[in-house]
Amino acid sequence: MKLKLTALALSALMAAGPAMAELVFPSLSYRTGPYGANGIPFADGYADYFTLLNERDGGIGGVMTRVPECETAYNTEKGVECYEATKGDNPLIYQPLSTGITYQLIPKVSADGFPLHTMGYGRTSAANGKIFEWVFNYPANYWDGASIAINYLLDENGGSLEGKKIALVYHNSAYGKEPIRTLQELAAKHGYELLEIPVDHPGQEQKSQWLQIRQQRPDFVLMWGWGVMNQVAIQEAANIRFPMENFIGVWWSGSENDVIPAGAGADGYKSLNMHNIGTDFPLYDDLKTHVYDAGMAAGAGDQMGTVLYNRGIYAAMLAAEAAKTAQEIHGTAQINAAQMRDGMEALEITEEKMAALGMPNFGPAFSVTCENHGGSGRAKIQQWDADTQTWTILTDWIDSDRSVIDPLIAADSAAYAAEAGVEERCN
Amino acid sequence: MFYREAGDFSTTYQQDSQTFPIKFDRYRYYIVLAVAFGIIPFIINDYWASAVFVPFLIYAIAAMGLNILTGYCGQVSLGTGGFMAVGAYACYKLMTAFPDVSIVLHVLLSGFITAGVGVLFGLPSLRIKGFYLAVATLAAQFFLVWLFNRVGWFYNYSASGQISAPERTVFSIPVTGPNTEAWAKYMICLVFVVVLAWVARNLTRGALGRQWMAIRDMDIAAEIIGVNPLKAKLTAFAVSSFFVGIAGALFFAVYLGAVEVGEVFGIQKSFLVLFMIIIGGLGSIFGSFAGAAFLVLLPVLLKNVLVGGLGWPTDLAAHLELMIVGGLIITFLIAEPHGLAQLWRVAKEKLRLWPFPH
Repeated sequence: MKLKLTALALSALMAAGPAMAELVFPSLSYRTGPYGANGIPFADGYADYFTLLNERDGGIGGVMTRVPECETAYNTEKGVECYEATKGDNPLIYQPLSTGITYQLIPKVSADGFPLHTMGYGRTSAANGKIFEWVFNYPANYWDGASIAINYLLDENGGSLEGKKIALVYHNSAYGKEPIRTLQELAAKHGYELLEIPVDHPGQEQKSQWLQIRQQRPDFVLMWGWGVMNQVAIQEAANIRFPMENFIGVWWSGSENDVIPAGAGADGYKSLNMHNIGTDFPLYDDLKTHVYDAGMAAGAGDQMGTVLYNRGIYAAMLAAEAAKTAQEIHGTAQINAAQMRDGMEALEITEEKMAALGMPNFGPAFSVTCENHGGSGRAKIQQWDADTQTWTILTDWIDSDRSVIDPLIAADSAAYAAEAGVEERCN
Repeated sequence: MFYREAGDFSTTYQQDSQTFPIKFDRYRYYIVLAVAFGIIPFIINDYWASAVFVPFLIYAIAAMGLNILTGYCGQVSLGTGGFMAVGAYACYKLMTAFPDVSIVLHVLLSGFITAGVGVLFGLPSLRIKGFYLAVATLAAQFFLVWLFNRVGWFYNYSASGQISAPERTVFSIPVTGPNTEAWAKYMICLVFVVVLAWVARNLTRGALGRQWMAIRDMDIAAEIIGVNPLKAKLTAFAVSSFFVGIAGALFFAVYLGAVEVGEVFGIQKSFLVLFMIIIGGLGSIFGSFAGAAFLVLLPVLLKNVLVGGLGWPTDLAAHLELMIVGGLIITFLIAEPHGLAQLWRVAKEKLRLWPFPH
């Protein structure tokens, strides 16, 4: 059996051997398991954008792109396997879409020299480029998200949350625990009371958590959920008749998959978002001509225009723009992972650039520097309308409270640096 | 023809009671060891280490541990994941508290700590058995995972609740952390596997193993012939948890490097290891290896064939993988309810007569 395995893996390796002149963007996707509903649209968007670049522009800077997919099922063991399986392929950037896998990969990519982009997830303190050379989490991170949600609530409540009670319903994992420290600091600053309510993986059973919410009557509920947990939480909130406009999810708890199962009960539910929504962008015309109508759409081809599909496109766009920047800096079209990292560190996203790409006002304008790998840290608030089955953007870009977040990032990254023995860069 | 006792004479008592009484088996064993120690470390790469060999070896340790408890002593346990978590968190606390002490010692100590916890959760086995005991160990599983998620001390109050393994060396070669070479990862696991398999084999055929088996076969009869059930059951829990704890420590420190308790050591892990010993064969050391190989290697093999070889979509391959592995498990259990080890035993019996069966 082992022999057979060796032979098969060898033939597989040879089939996927090193082909020259291509840019490889591995997609560690998950289309199965309890998080599959959210993994599919992201993976489709990611793949479709690169297909568009290949079909319309002949790749990036004249070099074709390739997006090998590897199924992780949001499982860290499979994530490790996928990383090891793809790292011999000259990958330019890893985007695992899982905070658990990100924690596994941070030390590995730092040792092997591959950039890791965790867009709005992963380890928040990776925003400190002085410590995390290979890890990026622009345009915004969890702590920004927590602070933006609180800033929005401050705005709604005339600038004061004194005496209010805010519950955080979170996925009981590294992902869900990330915002707690920030919310505690902000609680001290703004005088609200924080109620922490964990939900264990995968989150299909939340009766007791929502019973607790019914008893303790928080004024607002924030949610850090993912996958099936979102749907269940929104359904449970509807069941206990919690006022939906006081229920705000992070950007990972605000897609169509999360609200549609709750039907009319989900009406008014709010969530953060780090990019714009809908198909009303010139980019979608190109996608239709070059990808959908050509029958090259990834997956089942039914996810266009959903929140997470747009997020996949956004992630792919940021990666492609970083690759372009890297090509300009190094004067070569066939960049490698180290050059890609330089490109990411010099990445600048402006309104003009996004408009030229056919995505006007799609995401925030931001620039990445050696010190700041976290981008601008802005997000919008969107609200679900159950009748029309659409999200509506309610606000403009909201800034996070850097005076609270920056010291937290400095402290947490310093702890990592001490643990892993990392020297500060950018000095 | 090759595989027979004839002509192989034992001249000492040691020879008479050796593990492999047939010459062919003995040579096969030495060849496997020679390949494992002499050839694989020189040709192994990161993918083979991280996706195939290291998980296989670590799961083999966990399966041996559970096999001692369930296969040899007859005490069903669903707490394997929780006990692996104890090993992992003990190893993490020791690694960070005493950075200068050798990692090998830390892993062994994690095993002993897990053994202590295992004995504690083994106490109900003195009064209950069968399904009731399974439920009691299930409580251990959930309690331990909850504990490591809840109490900050266990994960050194890190913001995310994750534990990550710092770099530690053996003979100044890193075996944990991101700079570990593939062969170093493989070798440390292999050494633990070989030593622990040797220990398990010799424990199970000695007085202690016979006591466990007597308890498994009929505890009242065992008590009447003078086996102390308290001692037998609790030693089974202790030894089993020791193995499982070492597996957990290696799983965290060498294999994954960073661990989130709910995801990695959840109830699925308990079931996975239980399936390994059921498919491999209860009450067999070889069965532990066979079961671990079956459940670790087969999904990786299927994935490489379906996605790498045939180029099918990853989601289709992932679903098919579940169906094929599930189908094979059922087929195997119908064809041979006593697991792969029994198939192996039957094959050996046939081989003895080959090529002239009656």
